[in-house]
Amino acid sequence: MKVIVAIKQVPDTAEVKINPATNTLIRDGVPSIINPFDRYALEEAVRIKERLGGSVTVLSMGPEQVQEALREAISLGADEAILLSDRAFAGSDTLATSYALAKAIAKIGDFDLLLFGKQAIDGDTGQVGPEVAEVLGLPHITLVRKIVELGDGRARVERLVESGWELLETPLPALFTVVKEINEPRVPSVKGMLRAKKVMITVWKAQDLGVEPGRIGLAGSPTRVAKIYTPVFDREAEILTGTPAEQAQALLKKLAENRVI
Amino acid sequence: MVEGIEEKAQGVWVFAEQRQGQFPSVVFELLGAGRRLAESKGEALGAFLLGGRDIVNQAQALIAGGADRVVVVEDEALANFTDDPYVDTLEHLVKKYHPDILLFGATSTGRSLAPRLAARLKTGLTADCTGLEIDPEKGILLQIRPAFGGNIMATVVCQERRPQMATVRPRVMKRLPPDPNRTGEVIPETAPSSLRRRVAFLDFVAEIRETANLEEADVIVSGGRGMGDPKNFRLLEELARALGGAVGASRAAVDAGWVPYSYQVGQTGKTVSPKVYFACGISGAVQHLVGMKSSDIIVAINKDPEAPIFKVATYGLVGDVLEIVPALTAEIKRWRGES
Repeated sequence: MKVIVAIKQVPDTAEVKINPATNTLIRDGVPSIINPFDRYALEEAVRIKERLGGSVTVLSMGPEQVQEALREAISLGADEAILLSDRAFAGSDTLATSYALAKAIAKIGDFDLLLFGKQAIDGDTGQVGPEVAEVLGLPHITLVRKIVELGDGRARVERLVESGWELLETPLPALFTVVKEINEPRVPSVKGMLRAKKVMITVWKAQDLGVEPGRIGLAGSPTRVAKIYTPVFDREAEILTGTPAEQAQALLKKLAENRVI
Repeated sequence: MVEGIEEKAQGVWVFAEQRQGQFPSVVFELLGAGRRLAESKGEALGAFLLGGRDIVNQAQALIAGGADRVVVVEDEALANFTDDPYVDTLEHLVKKYHPDILLFGATSTGRSLAPRLAARLKTGLTADCTGLEIDPEKGILLQIRPAFGGNIMATVVCQERRPQMATVRPRVMKRLPPDPNRTGEVIPETAPSSLRRRVAFLDFVAEIRETANLEEADVIVSGGRGMGDPKNFRLLEELARALGGAVGASRAAVDAGWVPYSYQVGQTGKTVSPKVYFACGISGAVQHLVGMKSSDIIVAINKDPEAPIFKVATYGLVGDVLEIVPALTAEIKRWRGES
């Protein structure tokens, strides 16, 4: 079973702020991590390899520093890593990103399964997985919480939905996005860490993928971020004073006036 | 770019997802938001309703909720949601009706289907929006959403391609009061002839989760680190019980291990919009505020008068939460006894 896992390097979100002077994100000095949801996808791929044989390829897109994330993925059990890195990709929205990833996956060519995290914690869109599947013309299933059966060109999975779960079956190759209920990711092994230091990471540029120039980067992105801002909360709360009992009485009166109790 | 769509694009449309003939509440929230957008553009509001046999019977509920017209496609392949036949059918409908704006719920269905359709149409899609406005100058859709864990808000636009597509976070937009006398047009359509069905739907198992309770509650009493000790959550349970509400928590209280994750309200937990939200000993981190700020009335109880929670509160009670909460419970019981 040949599995390709797409990962994203993300800033540790809680620490991202806006520079009020330039109205841009301050990323300097913010630590970068592998998107936590992608760790579950990687772990699942490694478990599939351990169970059924085959290989795990990790794929990412971004600046050169993303090599760190890919080396970490190697230390966690991936066999090889490919980075799409080119200024021409800069400014890609989910559609342009998906197109580039799909072209890279098509170039790798030989695979049975594509695994993605359910979403990245910086953008929180969850769109790249289904969009890659569509560009490749493959079936996809989002929010997979368990792979029940895998083999003979088919997979049977459980998909987590709001009010329960679904049992679905799909032909392979297919693309799944996974939720954290699917497994408990391991920590890197010593052998893995040694391998991660030595491994050669393949870097592909836009021209290596044979992309149409109008479909990547800003030109290939139908959406634009028109404005970013720190949310402003400026409601004037009506302060109810007195002893706790007086405060409670005053509040009850207000809630009764609003007909909510 | 889909040739010709841009020039003809008109009208606001929502995708009316259903499971076993039932609409989740987000469908009516989409109609409420869609109605507002359609009126500010001076255009009609439509709904796409896909399902199995007799799904047309549900169309009137969408009209009562604000739709001017409902395009219905009945096909056995559409009885249970899977991406292939739904994307094929919606692609067909978009190419026929040319929506300028097309909205989906940010649900497990919407967040799987909408990206696949957007990629098919090579148009833009904005995920999990919490605000939608029409730009008064350009007439385009301003799609407002939190990013980076709610620390940052972004306004996203899709200037040149159509439809402008967005998924919309449940329990943020306001639904309209249903009007059973409202009239509208129901337009039957047929699915494209060769619907693909690569993914087979085998079964659905309903699981009642305790979180459903939190999301549906009219009153929520949430506690944060200011509660001091997990034992003190009992005080919140008593207040919630007196009001017929549910108990929630901030991420800080969940991270401290005081209550399970299923209690968490905020960007990485539940988004809630009750009639009354009590924030007890919650300072008001942005990631919490984005999950509860659309509540009708917010009551903040905190010892620090400078706590950011007072910036979203309707009523503020400054003081010791461990004294005020029991006083409230006692007062409610007394009030209930008298009235």
